[in-house]
Formats: sequence, structure tokens, C-alpha cells
Amino acid sequence: LKAVILIGGPQKGKCAGPAGRPAAPGPADPPFCSAGTRFRPLSFEVPKPLFPVAGVPMVQHHIEACAKVPGMKEILLMGFYQPHEALSRFLVSAQQEFKIPIRYLQEYAALGTGGGIYHFRDQILSGGAEAFFVLNADVCSEFPLQEMLEFRQRHGDAHSFVILGTTANRTQALNYGCIVANADTQEVQHYVEKPSTFVSEIINCGIYLFTPAIFQHIGDVFQRNQQELVLEESSNGWQRAEVIRLEQDVFTALAGSGKLYVYKTDGFWSQIKSAGSAIYASRLYLNQYSKSHPERLAQNKPGGPVIRGNVYIHPTASIDSTAVLGPNVSIGEGVTVGAGVRVRESIVLHGASLHDHTCVLNTIVGWDSTIGRWARVEGTPSDPNPNDPYAKIDSETLFRDGRLTPSITILGCSVTIPAEVVILNSIVLPHKELSRSYKNQIIL
Amino acid sequence: MRALILVGGFGTRLRPLTLSRPKPLVEFCNKALLLHQLEALRQLGIRISLSHEKEPLGTAGPLALARDLLAEGGEPFFVLNSDVICEFPFAALARFHRQHGGEGSLVVTRVEEPAKYGVVVSEADTGRICRFVEKPRVFVSNKINAGLYIFSPGILQRIQLRPTSIEKEIFPAMAQEGQLYAMELQGFWMDIGQPKDFLTGMCMYLQALRAQHPEKLHSGPGVVGNVLVDPSAKIGANCVIGPNVTIGAGVVVEDGVRIKRCTVLKGARIRSHSWLESCIVGWSCSVGQWVRMENVTVLGEDVIVNDELYLNGANVLPHKSIAESVPEPRIIM
Repeated sequence: LKAVILIGGPQKGKCAGPAGRPAAPGPADPPFCSAGTRFRPLSFEVPKPLFPVAGVPMVQHHIEACAKVPGMKEILLMGFYQPHEALSRFLVSAQQEFKIPIRYLQEYAALGTGGGIYHFRDQILSGGAEAFFVLNADVCSEFPLQEMLEFRQRHGDAHSFVILGTTANRTQALNYGCIVANADTQEVQHYVEKPSTFVSEIINCGIYLFTPAIFQHIGDVFQRNQQELVLEESSNGWQRAEVIRLEQDVFTALAGSGKLYVYKTDGFWSQIKSAGSAIYASRLYLNQYSKSHPERLAQNKPGGPVIRGNVYIHPTASIDSTAVLGPNVSIGEGVTVGAGVRVRESIVLHGASLHDHTCVLNTIVGWDSTIGRWARVEGTPSDPNPNDPYAKIDSETLFRDGRLTPSITILGCSVTIPAEVVILNSIVLPHKELSRSYKNQIIL
Repeated sequence: MRALILVGGFGTRLRPLTLSRPKPLVEFCNKALLLHQLEALRQLGIRISLSHEKEPLGTAGPLALARDLLAEGGEPFFVLNSDVICEFPFAALARFHRQHGGEGSLVVTRVEEPAKYGVVVSEADTGRICRFVEKPRVFVSNKINAGLYIFSPGILQRIQLRPTSIEKEIFPAMAQEGQLYAMELQGFWMDIGQPKDFLTGMCMYLQALRAQHPEKLHSGPGVVGNVLVDPSAKIGANCVIGPNVTIGAGVVVEDGVRIKRCTVLKGARIRSHSWLESCIVGWSCSVGQWVRMENVTVLGEDVIVNDELYLNGANVLPHKSIAESVPEPRIIM
């Protein structure tokens, strides 16, 4: 058994277009292709899959879940990031912690969610893997992997493929891959990626269980692409033929063929596309810790800061005993939090320093940033409707009606906020030293 | 001598504070507005009359109503607008009035934006007023009517018992007849009828206090600039208070609070780690922890502001509970 985690790459917002289609982002684009601009300015410093969520890199949650499945032999990270010091360091430490081989396979170009695994199929199947999981890095989930294996035994056969699905509300389902399944057998009868009209409330979570047979189907798509290109005469034809999207190209074709099944989960799930969703995902994972790993969360103790709800504090962080933290706060490595500081619904990245009496709400404080005394740094949460159990976080647009949509406040790396100012619903780019208050602005 | 203080208005511009108290009783720098004027008048041995208008009579009508009281004794009498705060020059004004022998004298002061007030054009040597223009649309002069007058009893013949504006109806006629004189005020002056000006006036008053009675101002760790603190108020540890702050009786300021350019009225509580600039906190209010208030936020009496909120220019009516931030200036009813 193996697992492949798709980590994408440093996109400028466009994937190399598949055969015959213009390379422009839009509703027809693969949902998990890393059009990385939405995670700016945080993605300037670190590849998005390494961004800390609930105290650890986003993709470590995937690795931990995979390593727990009995029979898991190897984890492969696949993407088109260039070799990166942070990535290499992470791989080393993750292997040590989870005691399982982990490798990075670099695609030579963005090949889509299917093209990469097809390109590396020999590596994936080496050692006689009977089945393998494919997981998108930018999702936050309970990862019911063992349950997916058991489900396949019950419902399909040794050659069936399983998609993890969850329920969304009717309006938001249109933003995802929609799955229509037979109520008894859970066989996928129909699959549409981001339809414009309602098809189904069951959506694709971006986590799959495949057998080696999948490569046959992907190969068919590849052949088809090549044939289309021969007719088209384009100089980059060979590259585009290899771009294969699992969702549009493979699942749509497999629906109704008796080979594809959906395992529906009620466990928590969310995409992590923007900074706001990183805070939401942190909340989901911290909540999971409170049940499965309470030792990872901070506790109230004499001489320590006041902890409300679920809070993660890195052991090297230094927190004044009069600070009040939480709910939903992650404090990174080497962070200092001064006297009388209030932090709520925020992520404080490593090396940051919060001076006395500051108030930090719905904010991501970048690496090594400083917030001066009595400053207020505040964003607006974009949480899904708490009254709707199937509501998902909205992928909000940056601007609406010509104005910046109120959203999470983000301080890039090494930003300095002076004392006594207010920074509200703003995004501050790295290394900026502010000298006054700002509201609803992007500060370059 | 007698003085008449015009306290008739509803004080609508100083709402929400004036929803709880008549304006003359609102504390300015820890002393009721009216008391500032009464204390200045008492130094001259002046007897103060009370006159009750059953209907609003404007700025001149009240004089007609009090005609008998004011004319008694045949001496000149003072008239004051209740909104005015300055270094009251009553003795000098009385001397000036007796010297020129005209029917009326008013105090003028120099301001940057005269168009909001009654503007005065007068002869430099005598002070005789040539023209009197109320709220002119073009620039006429930068000296304005400061709202302090002294009149000889003869003026009462000009005023009928009906709503009358002394500035629009009486003064222009007196100026034409050469009966009106202007004396320039030394020192600060402010019409504190609205919150923004209330705070500006507070800064000026505290600065004058620093010059004349510095022992009345507060000093100590964490005190910056001119700060007035009632002896019964309590200020916590690690606070930085000032410059230009007035803290009223029984106020509690908890630890780690930063206050600048604010008035905090009696009995209010500011909880820890909050930050306030240019605000008026009404009587018995409770401001939560980690609250930020700025930009002439005014809290009426008994307002509760929950923890961790941001109020920017909020004007909050009495007895309200604020549970959400007010990021842009707004009235909260």
C-alpha cells in the first residue's frame, strides 16, 4: 500500500493548458491544481503545502494519517516545486518522526492531477503495490483512509477505485466536483466538475483510493490527447498531451462503468485555498486534537497564560502569564507574547513578537514580524454559516464592487507594526515597516 | 451687579451626554460646566438670578422675561452663553463697559474659522463695533462673538417678550447706532457644545491649568503631559495616561490601559489593556478589556462595551450594550 500526496507547484495562476484548451484559469480548471496566487503573501516565503496549520506543515497532517494505515509502505510527495531547502528539511524530519520512507518526485512541468501520477507510475507501483491513495495537499480532512479500504472490500472488488465524498449545500456544491451515486451500491453513476447547474450535493474531497488499473484509464486519455494534437499542429503538443486531469478527464469517463465508487464521510473536511481557510482548517484540526491528541494542546496552569478553547503553543515559544490566548490559536516556534496580549482565531508564525497589551484577532502574523504595544491587528473571518452543517468555506474574491472584501488580516514575513495603531482587514507584504493605521487595504 | 446665564437650550449637539443631564450640569474637566462660570462670577460678588422660560425664547427673549430682576438697581448686568469656556474676564469687562459708556459690550476672540459664529468688525482704538454679521458666507473678520456680554439696563427697552435672537435682531441695530463695543479676550476660548470641541476645549483648559495651578494636575509613573484625576479615582499598574486626559470621581482604570485626549466621566470603568484616544466616556460606563476606541467616540451614560471591540467614531446612546465593533463612524441607538 502506498500514498501519493499532490503538492502542486509555484504557479503564476495558470496551469499548462490541456490539449485543445486555452490555458486560462476558470470554472473548468482542475480544482486542486495549485494556482498559488491566492495564498500570497504567505506563499512568498514557503511553498503552500508547508504552511503551518494547527502548528505543523499542512501536508504533515496527510503524512500522519497515511503512516497510521497498516501496510503503508511508502509516501510519495509529487509536485513541480524546484528543490527547496525547506522542503528537503521537512522530508528528513517527517521521515524521522513517522518512521516511513517519504520521497519527493518532481514533475518537469505542471501535469495536472492525473498527469503526474501517470508519469511516475513505475515508481508508484514499484515493490508490488496493490493499491495506493492519492491525496491533494490543500485539503484539511479527518482522512478516513482505513475506512475507505474497508468500504472497498464491502462494496466493490479488488479492482475498484474509491473517491472520498462529503455533503455540501446545494449552492456551494457547484464549486466542487459533483458525484451522483447509486443509493445502495454507492457506485458512481455520474461525475461533473464544477457544474453550472445543480447536479448533486455530494462533492469530491480530493482523496482517492486507486489500484494499478487506473493507469490503464489514464493512458487512454493520454492516447486520446495525442491523437487530438496530431490534428491540431501545435509546437508544444507533446507537453500538453501529458497534462491529464483526473477529475474532468478520468472520473467523468469512469462514471457509470461500474469501476468507480464513492465513500461518503461526515467527518470534517475543507479546502485550504486562502489565508482565511488556513485559520478555519486550523480550527478543525485543533478540534480533532482535543479528542485524539489532547497532549498537543496547551493547558491552563498556574504561572501560565490563560488558555480558552483549543490552542497550540510550540514548546520554544515564550508567553507572558497575563496573556489570554484562544480559541483557535496556533503559536509557532520561538514566538514571544508579551504581558496582557489577547490573541483569538489567529496563526502566529515562528519568530514573531507581540508586545504588551496588543490585540490580535482573525489574523495571520508572518514569520519574524513585530507588533508594537497596544496595537490592534484584526481581520474579518470568512467562516461557513455555522447554522448549516453542510456549509463550506467560501472561496471569496479579493475585490467586490471595486472594494477590498473584508477578510483575514495577513502580515507577511518581517513586517513591523508600530505601537498603538489599528490594522484592520488589510494585507501587508513582507519586510514592510508601517508608520500609521491602515484599514481595508493591501500595503505593498 | 447681576448675571444672567442662558441655559435654556436642549443641548442637542452634545448628545448623547445631554440625554442624561442638562448641559450646564455636564462635567467639564471634573467640574460642572455651570460651576466654572459661577465660580468666576462669584469673585466679583455677583448675585445670580434664576429665570424659567416656559417656552424657548431664543437668546434675547430671556432678558425680557427677567426684566424686573435685571433692571433692579440700575446697574449693568452680565449675560453669558452656557457653552462657553475661557479665562473669564468679568472684572476687565465691567471696567471696559463703564469707560466707553455705551449700551452694550461683548467679548470677542480670534478664531481660525469665523464662519461658524457671529463675526464682529470693530474700530481698533475704541473697540466700537461697526458691523455685526451672524455666520457670514464670505470672510469678514476673524474676530467672533465669544458669547459673554455686559449690558446697561437701557437695552431692555429694545427687547420684547417673544422668541428673539440677540445676535440677529438686537446687535446689528445697536452696532449701527454706535452703542455696541468689543473687548478682545486674552487666553483660550472654546464653545464646547459638541463633543469634538468639548475635547479641544479640554486640552486648552488643561494647558491653562498647567500654567496657573500646576499642582492641580496629576503626576506619577505612567502620566504623560496634562492629566487631571479626581482623588477618588483608581488607576492600575502599567497604564500610560495622557496627554490631555480628565478622569472623573470614582473612575476605575484597570491595568495596562492607554488613554490619550479623553474625558472619562464619573463612575466609569475602563478594563485592562484597552486603548482610548479622543473619546468621551459617559457616567457609569463599562469599557471591556482589549477595547480600542478612537476618533471622538462618545459613550452616553451607563453604556457597556464588550471585550475586544473596536469603536471608531461611535456615538452611543445611554444604557446601550455594544457587542459588535463599529469600524466606521456611526450613531448607535
